Amino acid sequence: MKVKVLSRNPDDYVRETKLDIQRVPRNYDPTLHPFEVPREYTRALNATKLERVFAKPFLGSLDGHRDGVNCLAKHTKSLSTLLSGSCDGEVKVWNLSKRECVRTLQAHEGFVRGMVVRFCGTSFFTVGDDKTIKHWKMETPGYGEEEEPLNTILGKTVFTGLDHHQKEGVFATCGQQVDIWDEQRSSPIRSFTWGVDSFSAVRFNPVETELLASCASDRSIVLYDMRESAPLKKVIMTMRSNTLCWNPMEAYYFTCANEDYNLYTYDMRYLEKPQMVHMDHVSAVLDVDYSPTGQEFVSASFDKTVRIFPRDAGHSREVYHTKRMQHVICIKWSSDSKYILSGSDEMNIRLWKANAAEKLGVLAPREKEAANYSQKLKEKFQNHPQIRRIARHRHLPKSIYHQTKELRVMKEARRRKEMNVRKHSKPGAVPVVSEKEKHVVAVVK
Amino acid sequence: MASPGEETVIITHVGKKKKAPSRYWQEQQKEETTDGAVKGTTEPTVVEEKTPKQKKRKLKHDQNKNKKFISGKSDPFPGYAPIPGDRLQKFKRKEKINKPPRQHFKLRKLIVRSEEASEMAQKQAARFDLLLPEEAGFLEGDEGEDTCLVSQEDIANAVDITSGAKHFNLKLSQFGPYRVDYNKTGRHLLIGGRRGHVACIDWQSKHLMCEINVMESVNDVKWLHSESMYAVAQKKWLYIYDSKGIELHCIRKFNDVLRMQFLPYHFLLATASATSFLQYLDVSVGKEVAAINTKTGRLDVMCQNPQNAIIHLGHPNGTVTLWSPNQKEALVKMLCHQGGVRSVAVDKTGTYMVTSGMDKKLKVYDIRAFKPLKSYFLPAGASCLSLSQRGLLSAATGDIVQVYRDVWSSPVTKPYMAHRVRGAVWGLHFCPFEDVLGVGHQDGFTSMLVPGAGEPNFDGLDANPFRSAKQRQEWEVKALLDKIQPELISLNPTELGHVDRATFQQKHEDRVKALGFDPLAKVKFIPKYKKKGRSSAGRVEKRKKQVAHEDQRDIIRKAMEDKKKTDEEQNRKEQKKALLSSQKSALDRFKK
Repeated sequence: MKVKVLSRNPDDYVRETKLDIQRVPRNYDPTLHPFEVPREYTRALNATKLERVFAKPFLGSLDGHRDGVNCLAKHTKSLSTLLSGSCDGEVKVWNLSKRECVRTLQAHEGFVRGMVVRFCGTSFFTVGDDKTIKHWKMETPGYGEEEEPLNTILGKTVFTGLDHHQKEGVFATCGQQVDIWDEQRSSPIRSFTWGVDSFSAVRFNPVETELLASCASDRSIVLYDMRESAPLKKVIMTMRSNTLCWNPMEAYYFTCANEDYNLYTYDMRYLEKPQMVHMDHVSAVLDVDYSPTGQEFVSASFDKTVRIFPRDAGHSREVYHTKRMQHVICIKWSSDSKYILSGSDEMNIRLWKANAAEKLGVLAPREKEAANYSQKLKEKFQNHPQIRRIARHRHLPKSIYHQTKELRVMKEARRRKEMNVRKHSKPGAVPVVSEKEKHVVAVVK
Repeated sequence: MASPGEETVIITHVGKKKKAPSRYWQEQQKEETTDGAVKGTTEPTVVEEKTPKQKKRKLKHDQNKNKKFISGKSDPFPGYAPIPGDRLQKFKRKEKINKPPRQHFKLRKLIVRSEEASEMAQKQAARFDLLLPEEAGFLEGDEGEDTCLVSQEDIANAVDITSGAKHFNLKLSQFGPYRVDYNKTGRHLLIGGRRGHVACIDWQSKHLMCEINVMESVNDVKWLHSESMYAVAQKKWLYIYDSKGIELHCIRKFNDVLRMQFLPYHFLLATASATSFLQYLDVSVGKEVAAINTKTGRLDVMCQNPQNAIIHLGHPNGTVTLWSPNQKEALVKMLCHQGGVRSVAVDKTGTYMVTSGMDKKLKVYDIRAFKPLKSYFLPAGASCLSLSQRGLLSAATGDIVQVYRDVWSSPVTKPYMAHRVRGAVWGLHFCPFEDVLGVGHQDGFTSMLVPGAGEPNFDGLDANPFRSAKQRQEWEVKALLDKIQPELISLNPTELGHVDRATFQQKHEDRVKALGFDPLAKVKFIPKYKKKGRSSAGRVEKRKKQVAHEDQRDIIRKAMEDKKKTDEEQNRKEQKKALLSSQKSALDRFKK
C-alpha cells in the first residue's frame, strides 16, 4: 500500500518572527476564485463611489490683487512660479508651493491685457491698455533698486494680446493688427491685417514655431506664417472666438473658446469643419488651456465655472465651481499637468487639482498599486449603468443647472422645428446640417 | 551581456578543458536539430510564445546563439520554457472575439491590447502553477490489493504522526445523531447533535472552543463567514451563536429551519424550512433578503452551487429545483429520480451535480447543460452525499461511508474507500484543504482520512488555514467590501461581463415603459378648433379626411415608387436577356 496524505509544515506558511511580514501563499486556480466578474464589479462600484467621496478639487486661493485678474502666465522653467496681471495694471509674481506673493509691480495704467514669459525664463513681457509693451526681468530688484522695465515700447494702438516665440527672440502682439516684433527693435518687423480692425488673442504654434493663430472680432480665426508677408487662411464662424490654444502634443489641432458657449477643436489643415464641438458651458467661454499631455484641456467661462474636457469628447468630464468664484477670466493648466489655475473677476486666483479625487503627495508603492488597480476596474466597468450614473454625477449651482436644462429644451425645440420644416418642404430643400458644420460660415484662403 | 563575458574570462584563466563532459540533454538536442520542425508540429501540448515583444527577445536570443561563447558552448534551452497546453487551458477565461473592422481602429486597438494583456496573465498564471509547493495525496494498493479494503487504522499508522492524528473518533452517544460543518479555511469544526448538543472545535489541535446544549432539538448547524459566528437551526427558530457559545441573535423570521447553506461571497445564509419556505438572510446587515414559498412541502434536501450561488433543493417527488433569491419561481426543475430525492451535491467547478434518491440510484448530471451523465445503482441507497474539492464523492449508506473517485468521467464499479461507523450517518462534510472527511452519526463524530480529497494549495488571500488573528480581521474587512449583492446571483455568473446586445424591439419596449407612451406611434390627428363656423361637424370631418387621405397618399406614393423600382429592375433584366438572345443563331431562320 502506498499512501500520501496532505500534511503541511506550518513553518512554510507562518512567519518565523513577529518582525517578518506575514506569508501569503497564492494559487491562481480560477475554481478557487469563484464570482470573478461580480466581485470585480463590486470593487469597481466601490472605487467609483470612493472617487466621488474623495473628489475635493479645490486646493486654495491666492488673494492679493485689488482688481479682477485679467491674465495669467506660466513660468517656462519653474513649476512653482506663476505670474498674474490684474485690471488695475498690477502684476504679481506668486510662489505656488508657499502660496504667497513674492513680488508686486505696477506695470501699466489700466488693464494688463497680456503677459508672457520668455522661453528662457529670465524675463517676461506685458502689454497693457496704455499702449505699451514692457519687458521685465524675472528677478526681483535688489534693495533700494527701482522696479523698472528692461525695455518699453510705445505702440500706436492698444494691444490686446501677446505671445512669445518658442525659440527665438521674437514675439507677437495683437490689437488692431497682428504685429511680429523683434526683441531688439522698437518697431514691428511685420504686420498682418486682413480686413479686420480688432484681434483678441494671438498664439504661436508650439511645434511649427513659425506659425501663429489669432482670433479676430469679425468672428474669424486667422492663421499666419511668420515668414510670409500675408496671412495663410481664415475660418469665419457664426460667433466670435475669444481665445485659442494649440494642442501641445498634436500641434495641428487647436481649440478655440467661443462666445456661443461652445469650444471648437479644429485641425489646422481642414478648417471646413471642426474636429469636435465641445458643449456644456452655459455662457460665453473666455479662456482655454491644454494639459501638457495634450489629452485634455480646461476652459473658463462667464458662467462662473471651470470645465475640463477630454480632447476627443463632446462633453466635459469635470466641472469646478465655488460659491464665491465669479466670472472666470483666465485659466492655466500647470506644466506638470497636475494642477489648474484660474483667475476670476473677484480678484482671486484659485488652485485646483486636475484630477479631483487624486491623492496629493508621495504615494507608497502599495497605494499607487491600489490606485492603478481601481482605475483599471473603473475603466473596465465604466459603461455599466449604475457605475456610470455615479461617476457622471456632479453637483451644479442651481442657476447653471436650470440654464443647462433650458438650453436643452431650446435645442430640442429648434431640432423639432427644423424637422417639421423639412417635413413640409420639398425633399432636399432643407438639408440635414450636422452640429459640426452648423457653426462654420466660410473658409477664406 | 556582462555575465557570459565574465564567465568566459574565468574559463580561460582556469585553462582550456579538452572536452566538456556530455550531459543528458545533449543527445536530445541533436535529435531536435535533425527533425526539430517535424517534432514541433507533432507535439501539440507545448505552446510556443508568439507576442511581438517576445519575438523581439527571441531574436536577441538567436543572435546570442549565433555568437556562441568562446568555450564553444551554446544555450541548451534557448528562449522561454514552454508551457504545457493543459495548464494554459486551465487559466483560459474566454474565447478570442472577432476583431472589429479596420475603420473602428480605436476599438480594434483596445481589443487587441486587452487580449494581449489577458494572454500574458494567462501565461504567467500557468507558469506560476508549476511552482506550487504542495502535491495532492493519494492511496494506491499493492498488486491485487483493493484500496476500499484498507482500514482507517492502517492509513493512520502508515502516514506521519500529525496526519495520523487527523483520524479520530468522538464518542458522543447521548445527543446524537450529529450534523457536521467545517468552516471555509478548514481549521474549525462545528458539530450539532439532534438532541441539542452543539460544539465547535479547533479540530487539528483538538482544542474545544465551546460546547453548549441549547436544550432544544437541533436540525442543522452552519458556520458563517468566519470562525467567530455560527448559525444553529433549532426546533422553532434560527439562532446565531458566537464561538464562545453566547447567543447573539434569535431570528424569529426564520422558523422550522431544516437545512442551511452559507454563501460566503454574498454573506447570505440560505435556509430551507419545514413549511416549504426558502429564505435568505444577509448576515452582514442582518436583514432578510428574500423569502420564497416553494410550495413543495418539507424541504430537507439542500445544497449550493459554489460557482454561481444557486441553491439546489431536492423534493419528495423526485425533482431537484434550482433557486436564486431574485425570482419567486424555481429557475430550473429537473426530474431526477423515481422516488424522493435523498441528497444532492454539486462539485466545486459547478459542472456536475450528484443526486441520490429513494429509488436507490445515484445519478450524475451536467448542470450546465442539464443532462444526465451517469447513473449508478447502490443496493442500500445513499442517504448523505458530499463532494470534496478534488472531486471525490462520499456517500453514506446506513452506517457505511463509501468514497468514490471519478464518478463523472468513467464508470465506477467499486468504491475508492469505505469505512463503517458506529451508527447511522446523519451528516457528511469534506474538510477543505485537508484529506479529511468528517462524518456525523448516531454515536458521535468520526474524522476519516481520505487521501486525495483536499486541494493541496490554498490561496492565502481567499481562505488561509494558517492565518493569524490580524490577517483574519483584514480579510474580513476586504471580504465585506467585496460583498456581492444578492441581485447579481444568476445561473451564469460571468454574464455581468458580457455585452448586452438588446434588440431594437427590446430597447423600444424599455423606452415605452420608461416614457409611459410610445414615441414612435403615430399621433392621432386632432383638428384645431376654428372660429366663424369653420369648425362645424361637417368641416371637421372633412379636415380629418383630408389628413387621412394625405397619409394614405403617402403610403400609396411609396408603394408606387417601390413598384416602379422593381418594374425597372425587371425591365432591365429582360432587356439584358433580350440582348443576349438577339444574337441570332443559325437555326433562327427556320422559326416561324
